[in-house]
Amino acid sequence: MTDQKPLLSVRDLQVYFHLDEGIVKSVDGVSFDAYKGQVLGIVGESGCGKSVTMKSILRIVEPPGRIMGGQVLLSKRDHPDEYLDLTAMNEKGKEIRAVRGGEIALIPQEPMAAFSPVHTIGNQIMEAIMLHCNVNKNEAREICVQSLKSVGMSMPEKRVDSYSWQLSGGLRQRAIIAMAIAGNPRLLVADEPTTAIDVTTQAQILRLLKDLQRQREMSILFITHDLGVIAQMAQYVVVMYLGRVMEKGPVDAIFHNPKHPYTQALLRSIPSAQKTTKTKLPTITGSIPHPFNKPKGCPFHPRCIDAIKGKCDVELPVEYIVGDQQFASCFRYEKNEVNNR
Amino acid sequence: MASYIAKRLLVIPLLLLVFSIVIFFLIQAPPGDFMTTYSAILAGSGSSMDNEQLNLMRIDYGLDKPMHIQYIRWMGKLLHGDMGLSLLYMLPNTKLIGDRIGLTVLLAFFSFILSWLIAIPAGIYSATHKNSIGDYFFTVINYIGVAIPNFFLALLLMWICYDLWGLNLVGLFSPKYEMAPWSWAKVGDLLSHIWLPSLILALGGSARLTRIMRANLLDELGKPYMITGRAKGMSEWALVMKYPVRLAINPLVSTIGNYIPQLFSGSLVVATVMNLQNIGPLLLQALSMQDMYLSGSILLVYCLLAIIGTILSDMLLVWVDPRIRME
Repeated sequence: MTDQKPLLSVRDLQVYFHLDEGIVKSVDGVSFDAYKGQVLGIVGESGCGKSVTMKSILRIVEPPGRIMGGQVLLSKRDHPDEYLDLTAMNEKGKEIRAVRGGEIALIPQEPMAAFSPVHTIGNQIMEAIMLHCNVNKNEAREICVQSLKSVGMSMPEKRVDSYSWQLSGGLRQRAIIAMAIAGNPRLLVADEPTTAIDVTTQAQILRLLKDLQRQREMSILFITHDLGVIAQMAQYVVVMYLGRVMEKGPVDAIFHNPKHPYTQALLRSIPSAQKTTKTKLPTITGSIPHPFNKPKGCPFHPRCIDAIKGKCDVELPVEYIVGDQQFASCFRYEKNEVNNR
Repeated sequence: MASYIAKRLLVIPLLLLVFSIVIFFLIQAPPGDFMTTYSAILAGSGSSMDNEQLNLMRIDYGLDKPMHIQYIRWMGKLLHGDMGLSLLYMLPNTKLIGDRIGLTVLLAFFSFILSWLIAIPAGIYSATHKNSIGDYFFTVINYIGVAIPNFFLALLLMWICYDLWGLNLVGLFSPKYEMAPWSWAKVGDLLSHIWLPSLILALGGSARLTRIMRANLLDELGKPYMITGRAKGMSEWALVMKYPVRLAINPLVSTIGNYIPQLFSGSLVVATVMNLQNIGPLLLQALSMQDMYLSGSILLVYCLLAIIGTILSDMLLVWVDPRIRME
């Protein structure tokens, strides 16, 4: 994997929201790479900037949010060694619109509201197809039915003419996935795709996503706050906190050998089915600071049990190499080599 | 769907019956009757009638009977399609109303179309350019449109047109065509006159509609399907026009039912001021002269038009919104 070039490379991304009350630095220097055929998990609490990161990749951050720095690089379909800089594109222009849905597709958070209630799902999926493939209406309908079939929807010829509110939550999510893959994208960005549906359906949807990813050799950027789902889905994990990457590494390393105090604390606070001890579940002390007054230095230091006074509350740590493909932004590893990539 | 429409149509006679009772007793509520007004006018013009004559005429017209008997006689004729005789014009009401109903509906229709043509683009612009100079401009225009009485606006515009360009915009026809039989030239003449009263009637309504459209659209623009649409690669313009605008218009359709009676009642004063040959001035005169059968018939026709308008708007809503259609 190391010698392979990444499909998507996010480098030092900064997204700020300019509000009347001040500037909120939602994403403040985030870097990670996504490779072909890989499921990359982005995990973090709500408000950590994972959804804003996702929106910046597609360049659909709503005002007053603005990308202030960094790059989002996407390798070209025909020349994988050459890269398109998505942050340099006009966000209303043709170029980025060809990327959206055609190269990078989104599976949004709320399947209930993601479709218009007064247009059939077929109409909305066909629209995505006709935007990216040079086909007429009948051909688009054919592709749409195929797409619905491939996400395991029964009676696709009939369901294509139904409205989203006529479908169950699981079917609706399948329809969303069908719409996302209809444009034949190389990368799927799934923003908490299973939060709104029940656990049984959730398992089916996750299996479906994995199957599709394997069949189509797609990459998936899987955004969630559910560590269990990440463990099941992802090969590589990025842990975010308050707009910054705390730690990133292969899924086994993150779950079995976490290095960053935040990741360690996060994993300690997961209830286990095996343990039957009567001890209280450990929690991370304190609460997430208000986005307007983010702490100076490492954003996690006020809640960190290992914080070094005069260091963590002053300086911002860079990424240190803490294992094979594993990096942590923490001064505990100051003596390790710095990640220059 | 067919049974829904049939059900709605079947209710019409029942509604009209209820309305006719209310209308009849309301018109009779002022003291006196047509004869009182009539003798007052005669006295005003110097001639007079003695009480005996007046009472004879009362008996002749059936005005001496108790109110419910009068109502039943009126109703009995109505059921045969006869709206009675206008005491004022000495002409059948059916003819008086029939002569003017076409222009009344036409004027209402034009104002309605105009108000939507103004309101929807203005609402879309205001919502998509929220808090811009253009938005504020429309807001100011809207408040003026809501606040200003339309008859005053009519006077103002007539004066401006006359003063600046020497245009005489009174009436719906040029003097040349006023009495002429219908021809293409007369239709053209009508179209060249009808825009100003239509516009005046439309402005008040469009101001309200613009506000509703703006608020509805602002709600829709924040919906998650917008993110889905952008992520699909749609251009912003195509996206806004296809989904949120379409969804924002749905609640607007349901306001048509209330809007149509407003158009008729609003046209009464404007039509009187501008001397338009629609039902408005006729109703005003009938009411002030206590020509009860004429005013009753006109009000009943208004009610019928309002009911039809409501049914049309409900059917339109069923047609544009699948969520209602499939329930």
